[in-house]
Order: sequence, then structure tokens, then C-alpha cells
Amino acid sequence: MGERKIRVLVAKPGLDGHDRGAKVVARALRDAGMEVVYTGLHQTPEQVVEAAIQEDVDIIGLSILSGAHMTIFPRICELLKENSAGDIMVIGGGIIPEEDIRELISNGNASAIFTPGTATSEIVDWIREAMREKVSHKEGVS
Amino acid sequence: MADQRIVDGVLSGDRRMMARAISMIENEDKDKHRILSALFPHTGKAYVIGITGAPGAGKSSLVDRLLSILRSRGLTVGVIAVDPTSPFTGGAILGDRIRMQEHALDKDVFIRSMGTRGSLGGLSRATKDAIQVLDASGKDVVVVETVGVGQSEVDIIKYADTTLVVLTPAGGDSVQTIKAGIMEIADVFVVNKADLPGADRTVAEINIMLDLGGATRPWRPPIVRTVTIDGSGTDEMYAAILRHSEYLKESGNLERLRKERTRRDVVDLIEYRIKSTVWEQVHGSPEFDDVVARIVSRETDPYSAALQILRQVNLDRCKE
Repeated sequence: MGERKIRVLVAKPGLDGHDRGAKVVARALRDAGMEVVYTGLHQTPEQVVEAAIQEDVDIIGLSILSGAHMTIFPRICELLKENSAGDIMVIGGGIIPEEDIRELISNGNASAIFTPGTATSEIVDWIREAMREKVSHKEGVS
Repeated sequence: MADQRIVDGVLSGDRRMMARAISMIENEDKDKHRILSALFPHTGKAYVIGITGAPGAGKSSLVDRLLSILRSRGLTVGVIAVDPTSPFTGGAILGDRIRMQEHALDKDVFIRSMGTRGSLGGLSRATKDAIQVLDASGKDVVVVETVGVGQSEVDIIKYADTTLVVLTPAGGDSVQTIKAGIMEIADVFVVNKADLPGADRTVAEINIMLDLGGATRPWRPPIVRTVTIDGSGTDEMYAAILRHSEYLKESGNLERLRKERTRRDVVDLIEYRIKSTVWEQVHGSPEFDDVVARIVSRETDPYSAALQILRQVNLDRCKE
């Protein structure tokens, strides 16, 4: 009946205060017809997860430029699982080294990481594709 | 059944299930009415406070302050914060949570952001039903923050027991410009950013406007000055809300208000059912396109055509 809108939480965990990238991505997702819950700076993993649950988002997008990604991504995924919200996907962006990206993805602590220079359309396409897979998977099960 | 799990979850205050229920309402899920009907017996307990005003007036910051006051009195709170949906892309940036971070981890506060999704009255179509979900989950108070409004987005009064209109001291002009619709719906006026120059004048302008309205109104909306940065005036704001809620109860107006609301809700639901039944049968059918073409070429007129179409619609389907 109704239209199923993609909801994304864009959060900026940790201590660095550079939110330009997060805002650019939020704006791009908005222009792609998604609902973006923007929570602003200095979020703790607990705050991010609680907001994601209350807002019933499909995806959490984290912007991290501080170097704390190897701590924050696993912590958020752990908290999601504790709250039986492990189905919410976590993606990220920021200055994150190749080898860390490989590790985060292979450990299941991130579904995708977009580094500086990524076109916003690439992020939009990735999210749409991921959501299509998630929905068709769900329909296949039920 | 999945519905039952959600209903039970909402009633026990499970945040994941409350969030899921609100999404189903927003997405017009086919099970929406079944869930709401199961929740209904558990509603009617929460007090609904509406906050409206121009963009940037400080609505979200006032909600944040109000949350602290309500929590310090041991009351549990649900918040619905509405932000505009783009008419071009259907997307939205929902940013009201930014101002409410202090309460992000409080388990007795539930905050949900919503896009207007095409509604023009300052709320979204799903807001009313989302209030029901928060009410059924046992929240004592539900605070609804509208989008930043201009003149005539007054839907909030349909659902709020007490409506706060937030103004700022931007000179008499701002009061003048919003006079027509918004100025009539306040139960409490809040002059926020009252530390800025011009606050006295704004308060005076509101008083003049109220005096012009005559002395016959049984409730004269009080005017409170607030500064959200340091919280000054917010206790007075809460006191004004309490006074209004007592007035509503004592005067019997709360009872009347809720009866009117219920009547309108039922009419809305009937209309919705008939509308969607007709739409399902008419929309996209080749006959309908044909009739439209005949109207355009002046072979028939829309008034007779509408009647003719309606005679062919099977309305029994909306009674299922």
C-alpha cells in the first residue's frame, strides 16, 4: 500500500568537530528521497544506538575522522546486537586506512566504508542496492 | 502473529517495537489499523502538549528544557518532532534530536522524528496515530513539535491538549505577519530568546492582540518569557501548562475537546475507507481515462460523470 521510505541515521561519534562531510552526505541522501535523522556532533556509541532504535532506521552512517574507528565501529555493532537490533546496517566514512577497512568489513563491524573522494551518488546507489537485497531477503523468508 | 508481537511490545514499553509500530503507521502498512485498534483500549491517559512556531524560534530547545522539567517530576515522556519533507524528492533531514541529546539515554524518554510526507498542516498524517502508540506504551506526557510554521499550519490543535506558540523578539512585524492563524491557537504564548532586545515589545504586541479579542474568552493565554540557553522562564512555562490543563479539566473542556476529536477521527476514518475503496476501483481503469477524455472534449461534464462512475463502484468492499 504505502511507500516504504529508507531511513538513515547520520551520526558523528567521537571527539573531532569536523561535520562538513557528514552534512554533505546527509544532504545527498535527502536529495535521493531518503529520510535522514541527523544527530550532530560528539555522539557516544550508546547515544547512536539508542537513537537508531527509536528512529527505526535501516542504516547507520558514521563519520569518523579522529582515528577512533577501530573502537567505535565494533562497539556500535556490539550494542546493536545487545539490543536485538543487529539487522540495522552500519556504514561509515572518513579517513580510514585500507587495512582497517578490510578488517572492519571482514569482522562484520561495517558493511561498507567510503573514503574521501567518493562520489555521493556511489553512497546513494550502495544504500539502495543494500536495501533492495534486505527487502527481497525478508520476503523470501516469510 | 507479527501484529501481536508488536502490540505486546508497545504495551510493555519495548522501544524497538514502539519504533516499528510507528514506522508501520508512517508507511501505511496493511496491518496498521489492526495494531491501532488493539492498542486503543490502552490509550487516553497521556497528556498531549503541542509546540509550534516559526523556524528557528527555539522549539526543539524548549522541548529539551521541558523534558528536563517533566523528568524531574518523575513523568515519562514521548516526543514526536516533525520536520519538513522535500516536495521535490520526498527526502528529509530530521534534525530536532540534536537539541535533545541530554535525554538520549534516558529510558523513560522516547523521541521520534518524522517527515511531513506531503502534509501541509505542520504535522504528518501519521502524527495522530504515533501519539496513540506513545500513549499506549504508558508515557505520561506526549510532546509534539511541529515543523517551523508560517501562518496557517494549525493542525496541532486537533491533537494537543495544550498548545504552546513560540515567538521571538524579532520586532512587531513578526507578530503582525503571523497574526491570522497561528496567533489564535495558543493556549500559552512563549516569547523565547527573551534576552534579546525587543522582547518587551513582543509581549506588549501579544497583549494588545489579546485585548482586542474581547474579554469574553474564559481562558486568556498567559505569556511567558524564556531563554533556553540558561533555562530561565522554563519553570514558568511549565506552570502555565499546568494551569491550562487544570482549567481544561475544571471547565469540562477537556472532556468536550476529546469528544470532538473522537468524532472527527471516526469521520476521517470513514472518509478514508470510502476514498481508498473508490480509488482502488477507479484509478487507472481504461473506462476512467475514457471518461476524462470525454469531459475534456466537452462531451459530458464532470458532475454527471462523477455520479455515473460512483454508481458503478462497489462500496461494499469498504465494509470488510
